[in-house]
Amino acid sequence: MTMAATKKEPVVIEGAGALNTPLSGLLTWVDQRFPLMSLWKDHLAEYYAPKNFNFWYYFGLLAMLILVLQIVTGIFLVMHYKPSAAEAFASVEYIMRDVPGGWLIRYMHSTGASAFFVVIYLHMFRGLMYGSYRAPRELVWIFGMIIYLCLMAEAFFGYLLPWGQMSYWGAQVIINLFDALPIIGPDLSTWIRGDFVVGDATLNRFFAFHVIAIPLALLALVGAHIMALHEVGSNNPDGVEIKENKNAAGKPVDGIPFHPYYTVKDSLGVVVFAFLFCMVMFFAPEMGGYFLEYNNFIPADPLKTPPHIAPVWYFTPYYSILRAVTEDFMFWLALGVAAYATLIVFTSRGCLSKILAVLIAPVVIFLMKGVGFGMTFTLFRGTFLEITLPLEAKVWGVILMGLATLIFFLLPWLDKSPVKSIRYKGVLSRWALTIFVAVFLILGYYGTQPVTDLGTLISQIGTLLYFAFFLLMPWYTQMEQTRPVPSRVTM
Amino acid sequence: MIKKIIAVLLLAPALAFAAGSDVPLDRAPINPNDMPSLQRGAALFVNYCLNCHSANYMRYNRLTDLGLNEKEILDNFVARFSGGKVGDLMKITMDLEDAKTWFGAAPPDLTVIARSRSSHAGSGADWLYTYMRGFYRDGSRPTGWNNVAFPNVGMPHVLWGLQGEQELKPAQRRAEGYMATVEKPVLTKPGKLSPLEYDRAVADLVNYLVYMAEPAAQSRKTIGMLVLAFLTGLIFLVYAMKKSYWKDVH
Repeated sequence: MTMAATKKEPVVIEGAGALNTPLSGLLTWVDQRFPLMSLWKDHLAEYYAPKNFNFWYYFGLLAMLILVLQIVTGIFLVMHYKPSAAEAFASVEYIMRDVPGGWLIRYMHSTGASAFFVVIYLHMFRGLMYGSYRAPRELVWIFGMIIYLCLMAEAFFGYLLPWGQMSYWGAQVIINLFDALPIIGPDLSTWIRGDFVVGDATLNRFFAFHVIAIPLALLALVGAHIMALHEVGSNNPDGVEIKENKNAAGKPVDGIPFHPYYTVKDSLGVVVFAFLFCMVMFFAPEMGGYFLEYNNFIPADPLKTPPHIAPVWYFTPYYSILRAVTEDFMFWLALGVAAYATLIVFTSRGCLSKILAVLIAPVVIFLMKGVGFGMTFTLFRGTFLEITLPLEAKVWGVILMGLATLIFFLLPWLDKSPVKSIRYKGVLSRWALTIFVAVFLILGYYGTQPVTDLGTLISQIGTLLYFAFFLLMPWYTQMEQTRPVPSRVTM
Repeated sequence: MIKKIIAVLLLAPALAFAAGSDVPLDRAPINPNDMPSLQRGAALFVNYCLNCHSANYMRYNRLTDLGLNEKEILDNFVARFSGGKVGDLMKITMDLEDAKTWFGAAPPDLTVIARSRSSHAGSGADWLYTYMRGFYRDGSRPTGWNNVAFPNVGMPHVLWGLQGEQELKPAQRRAEGYMATVEKPVLTKPGKLSPLEYDRAVADLVNYLVYMAEPAAQSRKTIGMLVLAFLTGLIFLVYAMKKSYWKDVH
């Protein structure tokens, strides 16, 4: 006599003809030992997604597709790549020439890296447009933002591996940013490199992070992102909660099962995406020097600094913010902090935020400008805590660049609009989002260019507008006149 | 003399002007499907370049891509120069430290030079085509040679026997709406080849360098066309499937 592990209804398969009985038996056997059918139902067959998903709702699935593509092509690349300063560059060319199909795998991976960021930026823009970060989806957003940060780390570590000039000097520039931090900076940057210059030790640890540590974290986070999403349900272009409107059977009237409706719809998205991806991969894998930088076809040379070092395109908005913070700009930053604190004190309803503004703003301004008049002074002189005030502009550049990526985390609490979707928000939110996207693209463009006076000025204005989009959000989302949200989604 | 814009104009092919470039680059007249041109280019490369420059990632027997068989490659390229095996990499015996002493800089490996010399001013091929035709006599340089595309280059004019000698001469050039005086190299002592033949030879060499930088480039495009054709068909099928599944969703 056999005993099933748990008492569950047998799984019944229909439509497989003569295979109905054996397949049903097999699935029943598995289902009594593993939550197969409940996973299938919860996440696909009976996961109800709003029926009004538009163009912008393809990119989450496409991001997962690229993650899989990067992992699979990465496995094959690691079979032939040599993570050593002496052999790395040659091993990449070996993959491009002597490994059968190696060029295809390598181009998939290099094109995939840029495609990943294209898709992720569009995915994030969707979230900004339709308020997908709003309650109850704060954790979906936070997991997503951690994924984004991991993705940037993954791209940064991976970019060193071909060991070309841009790989080398890009890593050098970014690691040197940590050097600017007070007190711990120099030790921290040496610790990251594992050497006093970027070298073999750096390449090996970056390789370890790129192929093991970060991909593991990414997979776990993507799992958490989707579990959190399926717990609360998907948002949609109208920002209507479909769970609030259920039929007699308890199913959302505006929802349709993810499978088969969105599996077939996303299949279309996947094929169209594959077409565009292949156009780039087969006919312009360098993408005019933006996906594969020309300088990176020169082997890394620690003695020869390239005249113009630019990070890959997906980092350039932040690189612009970093370069925008010059000594002249510190006054305007300090003024911005003072103005923001004043705004909080005079218009905020919360008592706590007023107190915090009064306490924090003077400290920040003091760290930015010291006592003014160009005077500097040193605290804890002679000890390991020695720190000179005001902090240098380049320190603030690093801080602002970091904050520019981290500030996205606060969105669920900055947006105070009574509605979620841009469709029903007012004119201020629409303009704010439009300007933000334009600023992001302009900063991205100037990040690829050599420094010019005009470029710096535009980057500085862009930096202020970038932060204003977030920091002024509690005000402009409450001031504006919103439009009534329909009770059902619109197709 | 004030060196302003220096244009390399021997036969005045289409000029590729672009922001940020010191020298307007000539468009390289190359055809990656022209096998005789690629073979001539490979011969020039092995004869003239592969003594000081290596191609450390390129194997001799990869030249089968150019319509040569392994015996031809062994007899004409490998045996005559290195005496090694047909599957060897195109390495050189010159010591890089010596080279640094002789030329001021070690001659770079040329395997992917056509890719690394690309810029927003033009393709790597354009740069190489301009460079190889841009040498002129300059008594102030240790080698006696200078170059319009690469000022104060350490490399002497290796193909001077073919091209002859050029000198910089003032010339009138039509700029945007006015005539500007520029300096351009003018042939003063002819070489073995006529200017037209020399341009052709350099184009062959550049054609080969572009091939060597990415030997898979042609099959990449061929496979790409097939993949796109397949995906186009698939898009229609999947679109029809989506339509049929979604016909009851309103």
